Amino acid sequence: MLRPDLLIVGAGPAGMSAAIVAARAGLKVVVVDEQPTPGGQIWRGIEANAGTSRGRALGEQYCSGLATVRTFRECGAVYWPSTRVWQVESTLGTYVTGPGGTRVVAPRLVLIATGAQERPAPFRGWTLPGVMTVGAAQILLKNPGSVPSEPVWIAGCGPLALLYAHQLIRMGGVVAGFLDTRPSTPLRETLQLAGRAALRSSRELAKGASWYAELYCRAGRYVPDVVDLQALGTDQLEGVRYRTAAGRVEEIRTSLLLVHEGVLPELHTVRSLGCEIQWDAGQAAYRPVLNEWGECSHPDILIAGDAAGIGGAVAAVHRGRLSALRILQRLGKVAAEPEMTEENCRAALAHALVLRPFLDRVFRPREQVFAPDDDTIVCRCEELRARDLCAALSGSVGSNQLKAFTRAGMGPCQGRQCGLTVAALIAAAEGRHMSEVQPFRVRPPLKPLRLCDLAGLADESRSS
Amino acid sequence: MFRLLEDDWGRVESTVTIEIDGYPVIAQIGETVASTLLRVEASWSRTTPVSGARRAPYCMMGVCFDCLMLVEGEGLVRACQTSVRAGLKVQRQMGPRKVGPSC
Repeated sequence: MLRPDLLIVGAGPAGMSAAIVAARAGLKVVVVDEQPTPGGQIWRGIEANAGTSRGRALGEQYCSGLATVRTFRECGAVYWPSTRVWQVESTLGTYVTGPGGTRVVAPRLVLIATGAQERPAPFRGWTLPGVMTVGAAQILLKNPGSVPSEPVWIAGCGPLALLYAHQLIRMGGVVAGFLDTRPSTPLRETLQLAGRAALRSSRELAKGASWYAELYCRAGRYVPDVVDLQALGTDQLEGVRYRTAAGRVEEIRTSLLLVHEGVLPELHTVRSLGCEIQWDAGQAAYRPVLNEWGECSHPDILIAGDAAGIGGAVAAVHRGRLSALRILQRLGKVAAEPEMTEENCRAALAHALVLRPFLDRVFRPREQVFAPDDDTIVCRCEELRARDLCAALSGSVGSNQLKAFTRAGMGPCQGRQCGLTVAALIAAAEGRHMSEVQPFRVRPPLKPLRLCDLAGLADESRSS
Repeated sequence: MFRLLEDDWGRVESTVTIEIDGYPVIAQIGETVASTLLRVEASWSRTTPVSGARRAPYCMMGVCFDCLMLVEGEGLVRACQTSVRAGLKVQRQMGPRKVGPSC
C-alpha cells in the first residue's frame, strides 16, 4: 500500500497546479486521472495538438495549457493516467483501478479536483442517437480532430457553446444554425454587470462579444429566445422542433444536434464522502461548502478547480495552488518558489473570477431546464419520464426514497444525468427551494468495477 | 455523424484497424472507441435494457454511460474512455448484459 503525503484526484488545471506546488516543496504526491494524458477536459490532448494547425485553431487559451502540462510531467509527482478512483473512504483509504491493476492508496490528505460536467438538460427525444452535447463535440475536435460531417445545428446557452462554434468555424466546419436558449436578461442589469467586468477584464468580454458576432454572421440561421426543444426521430435523430418565447413553433431537419446548458461541479466523489454541499443560486448548481483554502467539512479533504464551484481554467489553476499552499502549511513545508505566496494566488484568483458574476447572470439557464414536461425522459439509464417520477412524488419524498420507489438514479450513470432534475422535480412538487432538497446519496463504487478488479485487491493486500 | 479534418486524412502510419460487430473500421492511434464509432454510418453503441431503444455516445467524458460497449478482454466498458489498439474487437451491447466470462 502506497502512503503518500497527498493524493490528488484529477489532472486538469487545478490538480496539476496543486501537484506542481506540493511536489516541488518536497511532498510525496500521487495524481490519479481517468484520461490517458494530463490536461483535464479543457487542455485535453494539448501535448499532441500544440504547435499544429489544430492547436492554433483551438485557440490561445487552449495552447497556454502546454506549459502547465510540461511542468507537471517534470515536477516529481507520481502520475497514474487511465486510472479510475472508485472509492475514497472517510479514513482516506482510496481504491483505484488502472493499467497497473487495482491499488489502495493511504494518503495523509486528499485533494479532489474532478472538474465539471455539462448540466443535464432533459427534453423530449434527448436520448436519440444524433443528440450529443457541445462538450462531447469539442472533445472530438481535440482528439482525434473530428468535425460534424454535415453543417451542424447547435442549441444552447453558455460560453462553451459559443467557443465551440468559433473553433468549429476556424477549422472549416459549418454551423447550419444556432438555437439560442439563453433567456434574455434585463438590459440594464446586463450593462451594469458588463460595465463592472469590463473595467478589469475588457479583453475577455470583447472575445465573447466577437464569438457572438461571428455566430450571428456565419451561422446559416440564428434563432434567439428558444425556450423548448424536441428531438424527432425513432432510431436516429431526424429533426428538431423548437418553440420560442413568443410561442412560435418551427421544425428543422438534421441528423445531429449539439446541446449545451452550462456546466456543473463534478461532485460524485465529494458527495460519496458525505461532505457538506449547498445550493448556489447564482450558478444554479450544488457546490461544496468550502473555506478560502478549499477545505471542506471533512478535515483532511480539500477541493479545488471547477469541482469547488465553476470558475474556469485560470481560476482552477489558482485554486489548486492555494489548496496546495494550505497543504504545505499543514504538513510543515514551504513552497519552493518565492513568488508562490497566498497573497499572489488570491490576487490572481480574484482577477480570474472578475467576469464570473456577469457570465453566471447572462447565461443563467432557462426555467424549462429544471421543469421537463411529462413526456420527457429524466433518468436516461432507467428510461423514466417526468410523469413516472411525479406520480411517485406523493407526500414528502426525498431523492433517496424516490430512487427506491422508481429506480431513478440506479442505472450505470449513478444519477449523474438525472440527479439535479430529480431534485428540481421534488422541489417543485413540494414547493420547496433547491437549497432544502438533498440530491441522491452517492455510494461506491463511483466508477464501474469488474469482479476481477475487486479480486485484484487480494494481491495488493499480500504484497503489503 | 463526424468526419476527420482533412489535414489528418491518409496518414496511414497513424492508424490502426479495429473491429466493430465484426466489420473492420479504421481508427486513429490515440483516439477512443467512441470517437471511432462516430465516423461509422451506424454510430449507435447499444440498445437499452429497458425498452431496447438505440443509444449513441452522448457526453464523451464518461458521465452518461450511453456508450457502454463490449470490448474484448475488458467486458462492458465506456467506449469514450477506451483507447483503440490494433485488432481490438468491439461489439454493440444489445439490451441487458448476459452473464458470462469477460476478463
